[in-house]
Amino acid sequence: MSGTIYTGRDAAHKRMFALLQSGKELPVDLRGQVIYYVGPTPAKPGRVIGSAGPTTSGRMDAYAPLLLAYGLKGMIGKGLRSQSVRDAIREHKAVYFGATGGAAALLARKVKSCEIVAYEDLGTEAIRRLVVEDLPVIVINDSSGGDLYTEGVRAYER
Amino acid sequence: MREISAATITDAVARMCIEANYSLPDDVRDALREGLAVEESPAGRDVLEQLLENAEIAREEQVPICQDTGFAVVFVDLGQDAHITGGDLYGAIGAGVRKGYEEGYLRKSIVAHPLERVNTGDNTPAVIHVEVVPGDGLRITVAPKGGGSENMSSVRMLKPSDGVEGVKRFVVETVKTAGANPCPPIVVGVGIGGTMEKAAILAKKALLRRTGERSPVPFDAALEAELLTLVNNTGVGPAGLGGRVTALAVNVETFPAHIASLPVAVNIQCHAARHKEVTL
Repeated sequence: MSGTIYTGRDAAHKRMFALLQSGKELPVDLRGQVIYYVGPTPAKPGRVIGSAGPTTSGRMDAYAPLLLAYGLKGMIGKGLRSQSVRDAIREHKAVYFGATGGAAALLARKVKSCEIVAYEDLGTEAIRRLVVEDLPVIVINDSSGGDLYTEGVRAYER
Repeated sequence: MREISAATITDAVARMCIEANYSLPDDVRDALREGLAVEESPAGRDVLEQLLENAEIAREEQVPICQDTGFAVVFVDLGQDAHITGGDLYGAIGAGVRKGYEEGYLRKSIVAHPLERVNTGDNTPAVIHVEVVPGDGLRITVAPKGGGSENMSSVRMLKPSDGVEGVKRFVVETVKTAGANPCPPIVVGVGIGGTMEKAAILAKKALLRRTGERSPVPFDAALEAELLTLVNNTGVGPAGLGGRVTALAVNVETFPAHIASLPVAVNIQCHAARHKEVTL
């Protein structure tokens, strides 16, 4: 994946969910955008970003369907999604991408710029705008109901 | 009585926090390479290659392997003839964690109260397990533990009649349910026996073993080999995308049990099986 994406994890999702529920605007327009579930390490001096691999997406399941209904189009993370998230992905024609959990130093190299755009007080959990180049991701759940975790495991189960 | 200064402990803990997070142990790297040789799934091979390259980048550039630099879990073997001067053991370890996580640009991932959830800002407190042992030495192991894999761990109080088959079912079920979440290939620590908390600590301790090293107890070593096969038969594979290499190792630790009990704890560790040890 190349282009502009946004970061957000537990605490930022909790706040955005509350805003959407009360009919308010989000601090960042995420309609048509992709969110990367990541809480990077602090960047060493002179670096764009610290290590930045995906966190477990399932913790965002409670919030994701409302964000998808609002217009979010893609999510990058790792791990299984709930049925209600998979349904919302189909309904709103979105995509869930997997990045390799634990490959945080490698993934950080693909980040060309990084700036905090909301919730700076949350530290690692703040919302950041990233420009990425060739970020290695794989489609896990697509808009027609495909699920790579289920299909992949079935092929190798003994 | 041998004296060990609190400042020495603090410096050692700080250094280990950083080193553990920057350098994947060689035994884990070797296990990933062996996994690459047997993995049949193209997506799985790609993941293993990424993890090997990632470890190389982290070591060369001196940056964390994973952005989740963990809860600092610290095991201490304190010789009963050692005397700590200039501060207390827990304070010295806490200061080391604070120093290491700050100076090493490691992520601060600890919230002060589990429900109020305000970050402590320095990754303290550590989880510290102290055992008093004969002699005047002090051995400290720092094992930063990520939340993603910890969350997939489980404890179950089985019935003695469930036996070894019950243990196997529970371990496999835990790995299957975890699926892609704990960043496979994983290391599985299994603690069997004792009380509930004893089993959990055994499972955590099992994760400190070098990858590929078997239990010295013949029964447990055989169980480890069988569990590794069963776990890899789940097909979960690297990153949960399907494949042969779900776990790099299954390590079993046992302890005597009550006539009524068969506690089993399964502690799941992601591929970043980080730990550093020092004897002062």
